[in-house]
Amino acid sequence: MNVTVRPLATTPAASRLSVIDCDIHPARSTPDALAPYLEQRWQDLAATFGTPRRLGYQEGVAYPKGQPNAARRDAWPPEGGPPGSSLPFMQAQHLEPNGVAFGILNPLGATGQGFRNLDLAAAYARAVNDWQIAEWVGRDARLRASVVVSYEDPPAAVAEIERRAGDRAFAQVLLLTRTAEPLGQRRYWPIYEAAAAAGLPVGIHAFGYGGWPMTAGGWPSYYIEEMTGHAACAQTQLISLLLEGVFARIPALRVVMIEAGFAWAPALLWRLDRHWARMRAETPHLTRPPSHYARESVWWTTQPMEEPERHRHLLDVINWLGWDRLLFATDYPHWDFDDPAAVLPSGGTDAERRALFHDNAAALYGLA
Amino acid sequence: MDDLRSGGIDCDIHPAVPALAALLPYLDAHWREAVVQRGLDELRTVDFPPSAPLSARPDWHGASSVAAVGAEVLDPFGTQIAICNCLYGVPMLFTEDMAAALARAVNDWIAREWLDQDPRLRAGIVVSPQNPEFAVDEIERCAADPRFVQVLLPVADELPPGRRAHWPIYAAAARHRLPVAFHGGTTSKHAPSAVGWPSFVTEEYVGRAPAFQGALTSLVCEGVFARFPDLRVVLLGSGVTWLPAHLWRLTKFWRGLRMEVPWLDRPPAEIVREHVRLTAQPFDLPADPAQFGAILDQLGSDALLLFATDYPHWHFDGTDALPAGIAPALARRIMVDNPRATYPRLTETVS
Repeated sequence: MNVTVRPLATTPAASRLSVIDCDIHPARSTPDALAPYLEQRWQDLAATFGTPRRLGYQEGVAYPKGQPNAARRDAWPPEGGPPGSSLPFMQAQHLEPNGVAFGILNPLGATGQGFRNLDLAAAYARAVNDWQIAEWVGRDARLRASVVVSYEDPPAAVAEIERRAGDRAFAQVLLLTRTAEPLGQRRYWPIYEAAAAAGLPVGIHAFGYGGWPMTAGGWPSYYIEEMTGHAACAQTQLISLLLEGVFARIPALRVVMIEAGFAWAPALLWRLDRHWARMRAETPHLTRPPSHYARESVWWTTQPMEEPERHRHLLDVINWLGWDRLLFATDYPHWDFDDPAAVLPSGGTDAERRALFHDNAAALYGLA
Repeated sequence: MDDLRSGGIDCDIHPAVPALAALLPYLDAHWREAVVQRGLDELRTVDFPPSAPLSARPDWHGASSVAAVGAEVLDPFGTQIAICNCLYGVPMLFTEDMAAALARAVNDWIAREWLDQDPRLRAGIVVSPQNPEFAVDEIERCAADPRFVQVLLPVADELPPGRRAHWPIYAAAARHRLPVAFHGGTTSKHAPSAVGWPSFVTEEYVGRAPAFQGALTSLVCEGVFARFPDLRVVLLGSGVTWLPAHLWRLTKFWRGLRMEVPWLDRPPAEIVREHVRLTAQPFDLPADPAQFGAILDQLGSDALLLFATDYPHWHFDGTDALPAGIAPALARRIMVDNPRATYPRLTETVS
C-alpha cells in the first residue's frame, strides 16, 4: 500500500471533513536530536553500552520492514532526515491537505520503552516527552503529545505521569502492546491509577519487544506475520485487562487500542462474554460481562482499517462495536497510512461518520 | 428430534485416557518398564481442569467409556460417525522418543478400546511433533487402518505450524488423504500468549482465538498450501467468529507485502476458504440471531463449517449444537456434506 499523494487542495477546504488523527509518529531529525533533553550521564551510558532491548539487535527491528523506516516512500522530507522528522513537511503533506484539526503524537523507536536498563528507560522517556513539547506541540497548536512511560518500571512510569499531569499539551499516557507480562496484571495497576487520577486515557499502541514470541507457538518467519499478529497481541492484552478486572477496579480508566485494527473486537467480546459466563466463578471481581466494561471504557483507533471483500461487512462490524468506540487515525508517515478521504466505505449517518473522524476523539481527549 | 439435527458426522469428540496405566498393554517392554520404574506422572494437560465448568457438561460424564459416549452423545444426536480426538499430553513431552512410544500406545488403545467397540467411531492420529520423522512413521503405520481419518497436532508448539520443519508431516498426511487437524491448547513450550502467562483458565481459553490466528497466519504465509495443494487443515474447537476479521487483516497486508511471500499467488482469504475447515463448537456467537447470518455472509462460503459437539466440553445444552435459526440446507451441509468432503476416508468406509 504505497500511497501516492493526491495533489494538494483538490477539494475546497471548507467542504473537507475535519479529522482528529489519533496516531501520528514524530521522528527525530538526527540520531542525537534527543541530546538537548537528556542529561549527559545518560547520553554517555547509551553511547558506551547501547540501549539493549529484549531483541537480538543493537538497533532496528526483528523483522525487516517492507520499505525503509516502514514509511511511505513520499514521506521523506526534502530537507533531509527520516520520515516524520520535519514539522513543516508534515504540515504541508498531511495536516493541511487532510484537514487534521488535532493530531495525537505517538513516538516510537528508541524512546526508552522496552529498554532492559530501567534507569536509562525512564531517562529516555522523560527526554522524549520534553522533546515532544519543545519540537512539536510548542510549534503547532494542532498537536498533542503522549506521555511516554517506561511501563516495565511502574514506579518510574507513575512519576512521569505525575510530572505531566495537568499539562494540556499531553493527551494520553502511551504504552506498547508487547509487554513483559499481560497488561491486566497487577504490577501495571499503579500506571492506570495514575493515568486515571491525571484524567489521561491510556493509549496502548501495537509493537515493542517484551521478549516473548509473537505467537503462542513461537516466532513466525515473516514481517507480514508480525504485522498480522499485532491484532492477536492486542486481543490478548484486552482479554487480560478485562478479566483481571482493571476497569472494575479503576472505573475512571479509559483505554485506547492503537494501530491494531478493530474488526476483531466484536467477536472477541462475544467470545469473552460466553466463556466468562460459563467460568465466572474464577473471576469474581467482575460483576458484569466483560463486554460491558469494554463498551464503557475502551476505544479503538481505526488504522490499519480492515478491508473486507464487501464493504457492507466492515459496516456490520462498526455497527456491532459502535460508531462511538472508534477514533480515526492515519499512522502518518508509515506505509500503511489510511487516507481519511478514501478509507472508510460509505455508510453510517453523517453524525456517525463525524463521530468517528472527529467528535469521539474530541470528547475523549478534551480537544476543542 | 428435528431430523435436520440428527444423523450428522460429529467431527470433534474427546475420549480421555483414564490413566496412564490404561496404556501399559500398548507399550513395548522397554517403555512399559520405564513408565512403572520411573513412576511417570499422568499426562493430563492443564487445559481442562477436571471440575471446571467448561471441561464437562453436567450431564456428560463418559469421556472415559465407550458405552457412555454412545449413550450420552452418539445416540441422542443420532450420530452416524464421530471422530475421536484424544487430547492426552503426548505432544508436551520434552523427550521425543518417549513421545513417539506414547503416541503409538494412544493410537493402539483408541483402535482397540474405542474403534473396535463402536462402529460409529473414527479417530485422529496422535503423533509426536517433537520429531517429524517419528510423526511420519506413526502416520504411515496408522494410515493402514481406514478408521484413522486425520492427523492431530497442537495449534501452538515449539515452532509455528507453517515452519518447514513440519512439512514432512504434511506431505505424509496429504499422501494418505488425511486432513491435519489442529486442536486448541499449547504445549507450553512458549507462553500461551505474545505477552506472557495469563492468570486465569478462562483467560487462556479465550486466548486460544489469538493463538489460532497466529497458527493460521503461519500455515498460509509459509506456503504450506502452495506446496501441498491437496492438503486440508481443520481447526478444532477454535471458535469461528474471529475468522472473517482475521482474514480481512491478513489479506490487506498480503496486498502490501506480497513481495515477501511470492508463493501466495492469490488472496489469503481465498486460500483459507479452499483449504481450511473449522468445527462449529464453540462458535462464539452473540445473542442476536441476525448477527449469525451476518457472520455466515462474512465467512463467504458454506463449505467451511463442520458439525461438532466438542464432547464432553460444555458449550451448549440439550442437543442444540447448531446455532438457532440456521437454514435446513446449511444445517445439512455442516452436519453431513462438509465433513464428507473434508474427510475422504469417511466416504471410503461409510456406506
